[in-house]
This record gives sequence, structure tokens and C-alpha cells, in this order.
Amino acid sequence: MIEFHLDGRSGVAPYLQLIHQVRHALRLGMLHEGDQLPKVKDVAAGLAINPNTVLKAYRELEYEGLAAARPGIGTFVTGTLDGGSLAAHGPLRRDLQRWLAKARRAGLDDESIEALFASTFRSAAEEDIA
Amino acid sequence: MTAVIQTQGLGKRYRRLWALSDCTLSVPAGHVVGLVGPNGAGKTTLLSIAAGMQAPTAGTIEVLGGRPAAGAAQLARVGYLAQDAPVYARLSVADHLKLGVHLNPAWDAGLARGRIGRLDLDPGQRAGTLSVGQRAQLALTLAIAKRPELLILDEPVASLDPLARRQFLQGLMESVAEQGLSVVLSSHLVGDLERVCDYLIVLVASRVQVAGPVEDLLATHHLLSGPRRDPGSLPGGVQVICASHTDMQSTLLVRTSGPVLDPAWTVSEVTLEDLVLAYMSQAAGRSRRHHLEEVPK
Repeated sequence: MIEFHLDGRSGVAPYLQLIHQVRHALRLGMLHEGDQLPKVKDVAAGLAINPNTVLKAYRELEYEGLAAARPGIGTFVTGTLDGGSLAAHGPLRRDLQRWLAKARRAGLDDESIEALFASTFRSAAEEDIA
Repeated sequence: MTAVIQTQGLGKRYRRLWALSDCTLSVPAGHVVGLVGPNGAGKTTLLSIAAGMQAPTAGTIEVLGGRPAAGAAQLARVGYLAQDAPVYARLSVADHLKLGVHLNPAWDAGLARGRIGRLDLDPGQRAGTLSVGQRAQLALTLAIAKRPELLILDEPVASLDPLARRQFLQGLMESVAEQGLSVVLSSHLVGDLERVCDYLIVLVASRVQVAGPVEDLLATHHLLSGPRRDPGSLPGGVQVICASHTDMQSTLLVRTSGPVLDPAWTVSEVTLEDLVLAYMSQAAGRSRRHHLEEVPK
């Protein structure tokens, strides 16, 4: 079972934050097909948010084919987002850890590492388009 | 849209002073409705009339289709938590629950006991010695366990510390999810409202400035910034709520149903706080102009 959190300052609508967190968990293999999503009541009570917000997020996930409601029981994951690539995560994560260690040895702080990653990511994406 | 509260020209006068005048509004069912406005807007007066704690001087009000406090049946349908969560200081927590059994036809004793247990309140403790947060939770328990269709909360979290506030709202949202009751609550804490409310009413000087589902309000209001210019040059259908100008730049908060396509404007999303402040300052500006016009020549 995943646990939701809310960033009040992000400016992203709360229901979208919930959707992002489910998608994120699916991508990282923390949620699998058949897993139950937290009950609407528990999310509303846990985060002190309107239950309609949770319902809206779950409906949206149903619409995307990622979840399905079983009346009286709850909402369950029905799709995946890892595209079968989950097996590759381990080696890639290890490469990334080695790279991170190298970056720190070179004296980069967290912010510089994030900025370098983001700008490389963007320029690589632009080359792909060009 | 069925209304849980419907008023028409509602007014309340205390001696010579009108605390609420000519207030016409409609609160939809099935929502958690946030009522915001400056101090003195008439929020407390409106809510206490709706709860049947006092009678209006003028106009009409219907609550769940009936007259407030018209009889025992009507009283049982509405839960009301006044400011500062009044409880009986000399009675224990358990005494309060006993009172609840005797005073409310639909009292849910299991729910009340369960909540008191989860809150870790000592049933034998006198309410007067509880912390402010615990007192608010006790009062909320009483209001919820009577199983109302409509729960009216006047500034329920204003005096609570951040943790107690969060716990109070958690309990409230849990009850909304479980019982599907309609809620109207007044508050100045827009951050809280953003989480718990799905419908907003901005009330300034007894007048509704804007009302609607929070999501629709956020989708139809935008913040525009760009080179200084006359707001009159905006296309039709764009309503300026609030504008500020420097020599170089104009910043407008507008309401529009369609997208703003003019490339001269940088369009950004508004937060609920931006929106509330814009309507409050718009109304304040209007009343200032109104007073100026009234000055005799």
C-alpha cells in the first residue's frame, strides 16, 4: 500500500498530486497490478483533504485504465507503467550511483548535480527532436 | 442543485447596527463549503441564524428546506459548532456523551465512543481542564455523533495550534467521507480551505462577491502580467477583478471562461489565496469609492 503526501506550496492541484504519486509508484515498481490503493476515507482523514478530491483522482486513474473500483471494497491497480523496463532499473541505478559518487568527488553539491542532470536531460531531449 | 442553506434579503440588526443586511445566497448540498470574508462581513451572524441560535430581523432563510430551529426534527438535522467550541467546563467528557444520548434522537453512541477513544481523551476528565485542541475535538465529536445532515462550523480552527488544527480537520474529513454530510465552515485560513473545501463563497459586507466550486473558480481565474496598459483594452468576456500598475507593468487578476491568447500577457495560475484576496480588495475598493461619492458637496 502506498502512502500519499501533499505539497501545499507546489501550486499543483491536490488531485493531480495524488495521480502523479500513483503513476510514479507504478513506474518505480512500488505498486503492481492487483494492489489496492488506499481507501478514500483513509486518504481524506490522513491528509485532511476533501474526500471528493481523492475520488476525482481515482476516477481519473480509472479513466486512464490504471485502476478500477470494486464497489464496496476499494480501488485496485489494473495497469502498469514500467513498460517492461523494470528489470533494467537495477543496473541503471548502480550506474547512476557511481556517477553521483564521481560528481561529489569532483566537488558538486546537490543543487549543481540536479542542475547538471536537468540541463543534460533537456539538451539530450532536444537533440532527439532535431 | 439542491441547497442546504438558502437566504433571501436576510438581515440582522443589533439595536441600530446591522450585522447582516440584504444577504442573498445559496449553499449547495453535498459539499464542504468554505465561507470567507473580512471580519464584520456577517459570517458569524449568518451561520448562527442558520443554526437557529437567533432570529433574523429581515428577509427569509431556509435550512434543509425548513425554518431554522423550527422544531425538534429540524434541530436534529443540523449540527452547529460556534466559535471557540463551547463545552460545559464542569462536566466530564463522559457526561458530555451522556448528554448527547439524551438530547439527540439519532445519537450514534458507537461513533462518539470510538472518536473519544481514538483521540485518547480521558472520559473522566472535566471539559474545563482539556486543552483548546481537545475541547474542539470534543465539541466536534458531539456535533458529528448527532448524525446531522448539515454541519455548520464557525471558525472551527482559528484558536488551534497547527497540529491540533490538522487533527481537527482530519477528523472532520473522515466524517465527511464516512457520512457524506454537507458542511459549511467559515475560516480565515485559506490554506486549510484549499485542502478541505470544494466550494467557496466570498462574503464581504453581507454580499456574495463570488461563489462556486473551487476547481471551477481556479480554472476560470488567471493572473496576467505584462507591459502597462489600460485594462479597458482587454477583449470582451474578460472581467478584471483586481489590477495593480507600475510605470512599466500591469498585473491583473481576471475572470474569463476562455483562454487568454494575447501574447503580450504572461498568464499564470492563481491560488485560492490570490483569488480570495482579489475579491476582498475589490469589494473594499468599491465601498471606499461609494463613501467618497456620498460626501455632500
